[in-house]
Amino acid sequence: MTKQVAYVRKEILGPKPPPNAQDRLIGWLRENLFYSIPSSISTLLTVVVLGWLLLGLFNWLSVSTWAAESLNDCRSIIAELNRGPDESGACWGVIRDRGIQLTFGFYPSEGYWRPILAFTLLLPALAPILFADKTPRRMILFSALYPFLMPWLLWGGTIWVPLGVMAGFAVLYYSFRFTASLNNLVRYAISLAVTLAWWMFGVPVFDSVLSALAPIGLAPVESRMFGGFMLSLTIGVVAIGASLPLGILLALGRQSDLILIKALCVGFIEFIRGVPLITLLFVASTLLNIFLPPGTEFDIIMRVMIMVTLFASAYMAEVIRGGLAALPRGQYEAADALGLDYWKAQRMIIMPQALKISIPGIVSIFIAMFKDTTLVSVIGLLDPLGLTTAIRANQEWAGIVWELYGFIALMFVVVTYSMSRYSMYLERKLYHEH
Amino acid sequence: MSQEVEDYEVDKSQMRVSDKKAIDIKGMHKWYGTFHVLRDINLTVYEGERIVICGPSGSGKSTLIRCINRLEEHQEGSIVVDNTELSSDLKNVDKVRSEVGMVFQHFNLFPHLTVLENLTLAPIWVRNTPQHEAEELARQYLQKVKIPEQAEKYPGQLSGGQQQRVAIARALCMQPRIMLFDEPTSALDPEMIKEVLETMIELAEEGMTMLCVTHEMGFARGVANRVIFMDEGQIIEQNEPDEFFHNPQSDRTKLFLSQILGH
Repeated sequence: MTKQVAYVRKEILGPKPPPNAQDRLIGWLRENLFYSIPSSISTLLTVVVLGWLLLGLFNWLSVSTWAAESLNDCRSIIAELNRGPDESGACWGVIRDRGIQLTFGFYPSEGYWRPILAFTLLLPALAPILFADKTPRRMILFSALYPFLMPWLLWGGTIWVPLGVMAGFAVLYYSFRFTASLNNLVRYAISLAVTLAWWMFGVPVFDSVLSALAPIGLAPVESRMFGGFMLSLTIGVVAIGASLPLGILLALGRQSDLILIKALCVGFIEFIRGVPLITLLFVASTLLNIFLPPGTEFDIIMRVMIMVTLFASAYMAEVIRGGLAALPRGQYEAADALGLDYWKAQRMIIMPQALKISIPGIVSIFIAMFKDTTLVSVIGLLDPLGLTTAIRANQEWAGIVWELYGFIALMFVVVTYSMSRYSMYLERKLYHEH
Repeated sequence: MSQEVEDYEVDKSQMRVSDKKAIDIKGMHKWYGTFHVLRDINLTVYEGERIVICGPSGSGKSTLIRCINRLEEHQEGSIVVDNTELSSDLKNVDKVRSEVGMVFQHFNLFPHLTVLENLTLAPIWVRNTPQHEAEELARQYLQKVKIPEQAEKYPGQLSGGQQQRVAIARALCMQPRIMLFDEPTSALDPEMIKEVLETMIELAEEGMTMLCVTHEMGFARGVANRVIFMDEGQIIEQNEPDEFFHNPQSDRTKLFLSQILGH
């Protein structure tokens, strides 16, 4: 017997389809639900528990009523449905009765169209950002306009204020252009100072002069009238929109070679992350008044939005720093070797990749932040949760729990689940390996 | 590495070394912290030269060519590229970088951009070339590196050899006067090395000034007009390839050659 070593294949095998057990239903069931005895037992147990829960939920929902004016009213209607004395049912009357309030708070009813319009226009404003490849490029102009349009629609006032604030960006641009002969740092300082001066002193004058000539505007609505989902959305949208760019700048600052900028960013991030959001909100609602000159009126919602934005941007900065750290050094080197300067390299090469890596983290922060808007009820703002206290204190609806909180929870889930689905879509779209 | 040295057919008719200095390095030193990585480097490269730099790993050869476009900073001595001295003046650095193309061991293509976008990025954003012109140029260079059909793909969908050829095309799109190659074939499978080397040879045949850190001795013999051997951060020996390979002077060079040529 000799050991055979040499071997030459005579015919080359063609491709064969894989064993197709997984294609058929039985195969799929066996593979996924009844793989072994323990997995079969756990499958059956899960089905039983789930079925029991769903049956209870179905019973509760099937005896629901929209009609009732109060909780007692509701109970008697459900009793009349005659399902026995212990049988409970859902009292959706509270949503019918208080749904408007849960949506708009105490916003004047003749102005409901304004928040509705503002948040409807949010969709076309977001489209060119979220679905850049499927929308005409020009629409980005509307997205740029939206940050000025939304506050005007919600808070009202003359149209000249948002226009004046917009003009500030032109002031910034031109003051930067006109100082071209100066040192870069001096240029930034001068143009920033001029722009801030315009916003603080120029805009009020601009507003009063033009309002005298052409009084165009909407009836002003005070911040304390804001409430409900409208308030959550306002704070959430602003904080989400502002915390991403701020977080990017903080993350870059933390990696900067300029020691002072780095120290500032690290200090800010560590401080804000070390403080609970509720503390920051209390600072916004009470402490800030002590530090501001007496008589200054600084809108409470504005203060809250700033605090929530700062809070989220500190977390954002750390998530993005993680993305930056995950990029191979070669990407920076290739950008340098091609002659791209720092900002161009960041914009074209580094950030698109770092942000892509950070998508799950960024969206987690967005979702957490949107839910955190309910914390404003602690400082007396009437977001949906703040309103439940008022509704449940009213004798008509005292004692209602499931329907009210369930409805609010559902609304939050709709928003946060959409964000989560979008992030998955984006991750799939940006996946370019193979 | 006891592989046979392959010889390449090279058309030398267009290769001409002029007496204009492309790169002039004088008394250059570099430290990484306290580690003296480059010591007293003196090197003048004339336009049209093809220089191969070799040496054991850690000898500072990559660091040397990375100093030429200031991916690394030198601390002593001077580096003048095309009459521009490299200093902390960022304007000079940008000028040098736009005239010097670089090809990396690991390609360093931008994975989030298509091949075409990789090629047009720098011409558009650094040179302000209009987009359609940049694309035309890019397709021309893709043709040159023989992968015009891959323009719309992403780098992750290409083979290593194709990626490296895209990287070469990307550098060429800036129409550089000098090309630096930092071990361009070291990360490639053997059957892909050849396609990249052929692209490099073609470039040399057109008269490009090239500095290559490589262990491809066949390439050095066929293409280079000068081979530099480095060890411990210093230039130990330099000579014409024939002399270098058949009549090495320094003991270190002899040892190195005997190891990589496997005699």
